[in-house]
Amino acid sequence: MTTAQPALAATMAAAPAAPPDEVVSFRVRDMDFCVGIGFVREIRGWTPATVLPEAQSYVTGVINLRGTVVAVIDLAARLGLGALDPGPRHVVLIVAIGERLVGLLADAVSDIMPLDADLVKPLPAQVAERTRAFLGAVVTLPDGRMLRMLDLARILPPSLGGLA
Amino acid sequence: MTHRILAIDDSPTMRGLIARTLGEHDFAVTLAEDGADGLDRLAEVDPHLVLTDINMPRLDGFGVIEGVRGHPAYASTPVLVLTTESSPELKRRARSSGATGWIVKPFDDMALVGVIRRVLGVPLG
Amino acid sequence: MADLDELRTTFFEECEDLLDRLGSGLRELAGGAGAGPDDTVHAVFRAVHSIKGGAGAFGLDDLVGFAHLFETVLDGLRAGRTAMSPALAEDLLRAGDMLDDLVQASRDGAPPPAESLARAVAGLERHADGDGDDPLDDFVFEPVALQLDAPDTAPDTGAADPAIWTIDLAPAAAMYMNGNEPAALIAALAGLGPLQVAARTQGVVPLAGFDIDDPQLAWRITLAGDADRAAIDHLFDFVEGLARITVTRGAPDMAPQADPTGSAPPAAPAADEPAAAPPRPAAQPAPAAAPATVRVNLDRVDRLANLVGELVITESVLSQSLAAAGLASNGEIAGGLDRMRHLAGEIQESVMAIRAQPLRPVFQRMERVLREAAQATGKSARLVTTGADTEVDKTVIERLVDPLTHMIRNAVDHGLEDAATRRAAGKPEEGTITLTAAHRSGRVVIEIGDDGGGINRARVRGIAEDKGLVSPDAVLAPSEIDAILFMPGFSSKAEVSAVSGRGVGLDVVQREIQALGGRVGIASSEGAGSAFTISLPLTLAVLDGMVIEFCGQTMVLPLASVVETMGRADTTIRTTGTGGRMLATPGGLVPMIDLADRFGLRPPDTAGDPGVLVVIEGDDGSLVAVTADRILDQRQVVIKSVEDHCGAVPGISAATILGDGRIALILDPEALLHAAGAGPVAFAGGIA
Repeated sequence: MTTAQPALAATMAAAPAAPPDEVVSFRVRDMDFCVGIGFVREIRGWTPATVLPEAQSYVTGVINLRGTVVAVIDLAARLGLGALDPGPRHVVLIVAIGERLVGLLADAVSDIMPLDADLVKPLPAQVAERTRAFLGAVVTLPDGRMLRMLDLARILPPSLGGLA
Repeated sequence: MTHRILAIDDSPTMRGLIARTLGEHDFAVTLAEDGADGLDRLAEVDPHLVLTDINMPRLDGFGVIEGVRGHPAYASTPVLVLTTESSPELKRRARSSGATGWIVKPFDDMALVGVIRRVLGVPLG
Repeated sequence: MADLDELRTTFFEECEDLLDRLGSGLRELAGGAGAGPDDTVHAVFRAVHSIKGGAGAFGLDDLVGFAHLFETVLDGLRAGRTAMSPALAEDLLRAGDMLDDLVQASRDGAPPPAESLARAVAGLERHADGDGDDPLDDFVFEPVALQLDAPDTAPDTGAADPAIWTIDLAPAAAMYMNGNEPAALIAALAGLGPLQVAARTQGVVPLAGFDIDDPQLAWRITLAGDADRAAIDHLFDFVEGLARITVTRGAPDMAPQADPTGSAPPAAPAADEPAAAPPRPAAQPAPAAAPATVRVNLDRVDRLANLVGELVITESVLSQSLAAAGLASNGEIAGGLDRMRHLAGEIQESVMAIRAQPLRPVFQRMERVLREAAQATGKSARLVTTGADTEVDKTVIERLVDPLTHMIRNAVDHGLEDAATRRAAGKPEEGTITLTAAHRSGRVVIEIGDDGGGINRARVRGIAEDKGLVSPDAVLAPSEIDAILFMPGFSSKAEVSAVSGRGVGLDVVQREIQALGGRVGIASSEGAGSAFTISLPLTLAVLDGMVIEFCGQTMVLPLASVVETMGRADTTIRTTGTGGRMLATPGGLVPMIDLADRFGLRPPDTAGDPGVLVVIEGDDGSLVAVTADRILDQRQVVIKSVEDHCGAVPGISAATILGDGRIALILDPEALLHAAGAGPVAFAGGIA
């Protein structure tokens, strides 16, 4: 149903108001990303997906999540880092955006950690242009690592309820 | 002591409300869906009090009163009728048909419980 | 214990049932205007009464007020004070519609539709006049709340001790017979203040001479404290007339026997001989016994359906694993699996049967749609329904309401002629719309017919040409002209009246029906009327499918649209000038679609020879041949939504889960036909 899009887009656009208390961090092509734990429904190992015709190239396909048909997005491909060749060692984060469930394909999940709001910063200038569009903010950890916080509404294609 | 109440109403909503209210006040409620169903359960429930709607399919509230009053074991069991009307005519009719009393719907919890306690002689509050 | 929200949900569910019953009862009454059968009036009254009762409990005042007025009018009818008349019938029907609206508004927390409410109220009030028993201003219920601590507001200027009431209570037999217990009454009085009770035994006779019809025991109660007189009277409300009761201000010796409030008890009622066996009261004539039913939340049924679907899938996973392990040939294992498959199938069918519901409620809604459409167009029309008991999956039923509504309106608005034209044609002024449903070979077929003038094909064609939908020189068969009605853009502002709704054309209806896996057909005969036929699957939960494979992908074709399958060797394939390929059949050339190309699974130029061809047929009979590597299976598959989480996918209607747990997409035949240029509206070269 595409009718839900505008409302979803509106809520997502309004989302950056407060950073989440806790985030799930994961790795894609040696970069660290995170999303608010509130979005994450479960994390599962990769299982072969069924190709979804006419979908964007970064949509790997659809998988069976206990009887529900869920699309999987290859984050590396979406972020312009080159498509992954998914195998058993890859993971899929099932996230809920509004009513919709979507799988995010990543290399590995690193951690679930509390988030200190002070560590959340606007995007620094050195973030590459092609990933920039999909990020809401960055988190600089005490050990110096940088977590890129995904803006899920921009990760999803409009056909899956994301922002155009 | 827990009083057993047989509540007869063809409306699931009403049954739900009655069960909820009386259950909260420590009455043991058995629900029946119409007058005939209610009379069928009379001996099984062995109620201290019968609460019945008037307008019901198969057998109406007046039929219930007649049936209860006609049963040797329950001839003097209190029967309260649930009604949405409060006209003097209805009160007269309820009295003359053998009803112990009446409760006007919609009732608030305390009205229902109050009347039942009053009729059963259970101290209020 | 159920919480209030649940009860509220129960109430609105109950309302649906009650409104259905109300609707059919009212129509019965209206149909047999004159003397309505008592049973029907009672049933209608009960329905309104129950709605009022529940509405009161949830504080839905608008609903209560209207239901009360409605009930008052029905009570007049029931008691014979009011006679049935066509005018009353009409007002009652409108009141039924209004009640329905008010229930919906209450459920949604929307304000009541003020204007139509006022109309409906005015309509009812016309018939409520002259009802003396239950004045209309009796809208407010008397609460029965006990005012235990209300201050004494009764003016009392007497010299008697204001802090003491003396109450004499002498029950008559009738009080005992009604189940009123003096001890309970006294206990209740004790709630008003400290009591002293003395039994008066003067008249009591020895047990041998005891007359059950003439009890003599009486009590004198002195109640201290400043209890409100009204509160005392209230406690005796139930026994008024059943006992001699006097209530006096002051101590007993100061005011004996004054201020009688209870009239003398009536002569002891002539009680029936105490019968040995409990007499069962004569029951009201019972209506035809309906089968026992339980009300189940659809979510639970859906959950069950999902679980059964999982069971079926698990069974096939197990079956594959056993085969892989080389155990499939074991007779016991194979037999056990077979039984399991069989049972799972039966459970699945039973679950589907639970979801199946008669079309009746939808048909009943159409009565109202028709009434409103007739009113808006100034036409006179009646609805004749057949097969309302035909059962269809609940989800299908829900999604049928909109398209049917539109088609009924369309039939009244565009199908029926105006009264003058009908007279001239020798037809009765009142038009007839028929709505029929029947099961036909695993599908349900619904037909909406009218006895109007039929489709004015010259006019339709003219409009289509004006809009550029059809080229003026196209040669069109009558059925092709009829099909223009379904073309997007055919309906225009000029064409769409207030009744049929602006901007909604039959193309939308067709799309809605197709989304249900259904087809719409049309037949029309000039001067005699038109008929639209909708054919639908019985359920949206399972599908008989053909499982095919191409380029490593497994997909499912709905078996209902498969006409023929053939091996590549048996076919003759022609290549058209534009590079397209056509399958030569005795009936002509059939366009071909290479599924691998269609879904971008390999570049077109490397397309190898297909292993098999599957010919599929569209709603309008157009054909297309799709290519696949092989056919894997033919079986029932559980339908899973793709759209819910992945959005609409062109060419795909849904998905299912295969034995290995992977997803297979279900192809949408109509979309494939469209893609092949063999779409449902196939005017070869006719469309501009």
